[in-house]
Amino acid sequence: MTVPVVSVEGVSKRFGAVQALRDVSVAFNVGEITALIGENGAGKSTLMRVLEGEHRPDSGRVLVDGQPVQLSSPRAAHGSGIRVIHQEPEIIPELTVAENIFIGDIKARGGIFLDRADLERRSLDLLRTFGVVDVLSPGQRCHGLSPALRQLIEIMRALRPGARLLAFDEPTSSLTEDEAQRLFRVIRRLKADGVAVIYISHRLREIIELADRCVVMRDGSRVADEPIAALDEQRMVRLMVGRPVSDLFNRKERALGPVRLALEGVTTRRVDGISFEVRAGEIVGLGGLVGAGRTEVARAIVGLDPLLSGRMAVGGQPYRPREPADAVAAGIGLVPEDRKQEALLFMQAVRDNVSLVVPDKVSRYGFFSRRRERALVARHVAELRVKTPSIEQAVGKLSGGNQQKVVFARWQARGPAVLILDEPTRGIDVGAKAEIYRLIESLADQGLAIVLISSEMPELLGLADRVLVMQSGRISGELPWQEASEEAVLALAMRSDKKAIERRVS
Amino acid sequence: MTDTATAGRERAPASLFGRIGAQNISLLIALVVLLAIFGVLRPDVFFTPRNLINIGLAVTILGILAMAQTVVIVSGGLDISVGSIVGLSTMVLAVAAQETGSIPAGILAGLLAGLLAGAVNGLIIVYGPVNAVIATLGTMSAFRGLAYLMNNGNSIPITGDSLRALGIGTLFGLPFAIWLLIAAMAAFIVFTRETVVGRNIYALGGNPTVARLAGIPIRRYQISIYAMSGFAAAVAGLVLASRTMSGQPASGSQGLELEAITAAILGGCALQGGKGTIIGAMLGVLIIGVLNNGMILTSVPTFYQLLAKGALLILAVIVQERQRARSGE
Repeated sequence: MTVPVVSVEGVSKRFGAVQALRDVSVAFNVGEITALIGENGAGKSTLMRVLEGEHRPDSGRVLVDGQPVQLSSPRAAHGSGIRVIHQEPEIIPELTVAENIFIGDIKARGGIFLDRADLERRSLDLLRTFGVVDVLSPGQRCHGLSPALRQLIEIMRALRPGARLLAFDEPTSSLTEDEAQRLFRVIRRLKADGVAVIYISHRLREIIELADRCVVMRDGSRVADEPIAALDEQRMVRLMVGRPVSDLFNRKERALGPVRLALEGVTTRRVDGISFEVRAGEIVGLGGLVGAGRTEVARAIVGLDPLLSGRMAVGGQPYRPREPADAVAAGIGLVPEDRKQEALLFMQAVRDNVSLVVPDKVSRYGFFSRRRERALVARHVAELRVKTPSIEQAVGKLSGGNQQKVVFARWQARGPAVLILDEPTRGIDVGAKAEIYRLIESLADQGLAIVLISSEMPELLGLADRVLVMQSGRISGELPWQEASEEAVLALAMRSDKKAIERRVS
Repeated sequence: MTDTATAGRERAPASLFGRIGAQNISLLIALVVLLAIFGVLRPDVFFTPRNLINIGLAVTILGILAMAQTVVIVSGGLDISVGSIVGLSTMVLAVAAQETGSIPAGILAGLLAGLLAGAVNGLIIVYGPVNAVIATLGTMSAFRGLAYLMNNGNSIPITGDSLRALGIGTLFGLPFAIWLLIAAMAAFIVFTRETVVGRNIYALGGNPTVARLAGIPIRRYQISIYAMSGFAAAVAGLVLASRTMSGQPASGSQGLELEAITAAILGGCALQGGKGTIIGAMLGVLIIGVLNNGMILTSVPTFYQLLAKGALLILAVIVQERQRARSGE
């Protein structure tokens, strides 16, 4: 039996209350494409971070060529030939394509001056290999490149000599079908060259098409490791979720009330002519690829991005926010995508985080009433069953699911008419996810108008009453839930992408 | 769900302003050590009531500035123009008192000048937008220049018994200025701990994006915070003017920003914002005050005093960064 290029043995890693990895063992072999699947928060990214030397496992070890190694830094991992291509490529906008590819490995003439000729030659070779020599030139600055092209640069960067294990973290999430196929050709060639490949994706069909083997993770554990031939899509989903997906949602008819939120031709710097209405008791889904402009619609609604043209109304009243404070005052709540950066004060207590949006309910003449504050916060925290030792606990110490419940509790305390949810279950484990889904459904039952932005298809299809699909800053189509399938959404999300690409590249 | 929080068994409210404990205890220890050292070196003078009141008077100006600076730093900013605003406000006070012949009018003008100067800082920072350090570095020079311009670089004597009374008057054996400091301290403590606005400032400094999305009008907050800082500097200027009976463009106010920032950071303010307490800052102020007084009593030359104060600021930041690294924040 041949020795795997890289293997992990019994690796565990814990962050605060969250067991991110639980005794995980996987081997990655020469010339083999191993798919790694699992829901968000299942531990895939943490495993990648361990492999690239960002995180040190609490226990267990990593072996390269059968020898235990200390991947104490990204540099050490890089030296061992392990390269991870991230979903959000780190491209330095002010540098050229060639410089971005070869950063850290730029040859100098006489030890001082940039050897531009050498740089150009080497990058042209790569650009030709990838068949993108017509859209990217070595001397071009990376400022304003499309996500797909940035990703490509990141891949070329990783392909520098010495790569033994290449991991792709959802590489196709922002690629068109054509671009994805081109990427697959590259990956197959890498495989033929004897590189071990890890391929992380939510697109199961791609995995069946591309991978040799599939490792499934759930709640930090490896729950399956099987040859791809032994799996089909349904089985993969069941392994990832731990139960049939349909159980997570309870679809029922809700009586719709009056229009709570209306957008008409809303245009900002990043979205174009967005029109839709959301009624009381309705969940409107916003689907589309990463970067299609869904979050930007939310930003426009809450007053983060100024309106260039178009109109909005809340509860029938004209609404033109200049600041998020206007949105809060008008009865709009936002559950942002990034909990740590946008939603919660991680260092501060659950109590502070919940009462932040209801100063009027916990104070008199501007002075706090601690008693009222504690009572109010405790009530909402208990109602949403936030697992915390006390409302004085720092929010950062809670698990992702409980953090998200704190964000919901905050808006529950305020009682908004419209709630915008941007990737509400990102980084949350499966159990908590189901709870969040039930919560969203009950909020709609109570008559809230809900806008749901999600990249997770089952969630979008399972919760939304209708799905608006976005592409390149516009709404490219609308599907009632009865017609919304993964295929239908993707078809709209990728429709006539050529034009979009040309626009983005130019 | 057994571990779900319920209203019945909450601990006392603490966390946001909590952890007052550990850091302040180490500051208290440092203060006691300093007192012991100077007490031993100058047993004849150091612990006399007169000297202790001297220390109290010396820290009045610094204390007011350090508390305001604490609020600014907690909000995620920094104001290094406060020393210049102190100087400027004394000059405005002197000129206005001279022109109108009325001390109250002069005081009012001085306070207004400080408020205005602070608001200018806030407007530059918010609408420039300009980084707070750079904006107030610029106005530190500009306001000082303005103060010099008002009388060609010279000080202006002020005559008026009401101002003198303010400077030398006492109540229950303590100078007015010390009472002013105590009142300011009470106001700042209540403001930061018990009011919605105060708490929102911690949120703003902790994460401006979160604060903004939660509906806090952060621009208005920032402008008001710098205006408050400018006003506090003018109050400090009033104390200075009442003691020197003059408008002083530079003397007595230069270098105050360094001491105020040092005190705030000694007291546990995180330069990243979102963390810091008034009590901590006041302990920092006392440490600096005792150090200044002790170094004078033990005849340490001025130049060494400057060296020591600079080193203290850097040391305070190093200690804080180490703690931060250790607690893994």
